[in-house]
Amino acid sequence: MNCPECEATITLSPDLLDGEIIQCPDCGVELEVLSTEPLALALAPAIEEDWGE
Amino acid sequence: MRLGMLCSRIRVEEKLLITELNRRGVCYERIDDGEIVFDLAQRELPFDVVLERSISFGRSLYTLQVLEARGVRCINRAAVVATCGDKLRTTEALLRAGVATPRTLLAFTPEAAIEAIETLGYPAVLKPVVGSWGRMVTRVNDRDAAEAVLEQLDVLGSWQQHVYYIQEHIAKPGRDIRAFVVGDEPICAIYRYSDHWITNTARGARAENCSIEGAVGDLALRAAQAVGGGILAVDLLETHDGRLLVNEVNHTMEFRNSIDTTGVNIPARIIDYVLNQEPRTQNLEPGFSQSVAPITLSVA
Repeated sequence: MNCPECEATITLSPDLLDGEIIQCPDCGVELEVLSTEPLALALAPAIEEDWGE
Repeated sequence: MRLGMLCSRIRVEEKLLITELNRRGVCYERIDDGEIVFDLAQRELPFDVVLERSISFGRSLYTLQVLEARGVRCINRAAVVATCGDKLRTTEALLRAGVATPRTLLAFTPEAAIEAIETLGYPAVLKPVVGSWGRMVTRVNDRDAAEAVLEQLDVLGSWQQHVYYIQEHIAKPGRDIRAFVVGDEPICAIYRYSDHWITNTARGARAENCSIEGAVGDLALRAAQAVGGGILAVDLLETHDGRLLVNEVNHTMEFRNSIDTTGVNIPARIIDYVLNQEPRTQNLEPGFSQSVAPITLSVA
């Protein structure tokens, strides 16, 4: 699988979950797992004003 | 128990919780707050207990209200999320319970805010009433800085940013403390070290184990109880004269940097707590009928 931002090859964990946030090891961008079957990655949404803990 | 987990993105924390549920063979349903649509005419929902792990204060607050109105036991409760997610409500809850917290003033215009800042003296700290991860927390060191920040908030900010929450600045010893409370038990704590005065790990602070015994655990538990209890992360400040103050209480705590640091299996302790909850409550009317006592505003 390639990073949608920098096209680096990303090795993915076998226990990936839909909606999981991973990081490209090359460019560092946050990616969201849109789906695991079929596998689809996209840039994670930007942080919104009320996000946090 | 029909268990749900309210999620947005699946962060490391959510994945650890899901892994723990799977390890125990516990069935649950994920509620995606980006996809769910609630038909409010539908008065029943197929859940007994929901663990809230949404990254969004707004989405969790409204979802929990919908769930609780249909008798679902939520962890944390909507009233607790409402209190923890709003710094004014948190401060009021802490003060009502006699829990030590930095002196805080509230104003609604730049002119009144300047007066409040200069009542406390420089440096002072401005915070948005709703906000996390240290975002938009500002230390103003003199009047020029205060006027500049207040003008920017006045011109560029939303109505909520025109609520000026102003605190005394506490000169920390290069660190603060985060204590984790699950139910009636403070389970562990970390020091968060940073050269920056904002010591969130989200802003790069380094974690080290902190003893949860004694004053740290006692104060964290009192703070958690003051906001309504549940699964909470209490941030504490140490003053130069040895006092502990509660800075804030977090209702959807992040703990990825704290498991190895403390040696405590935090996700397991959370799931223990969730699975021991009595399923279902009486249907609650919206408006936080289980909320803490009504807000009373203090006058400086």
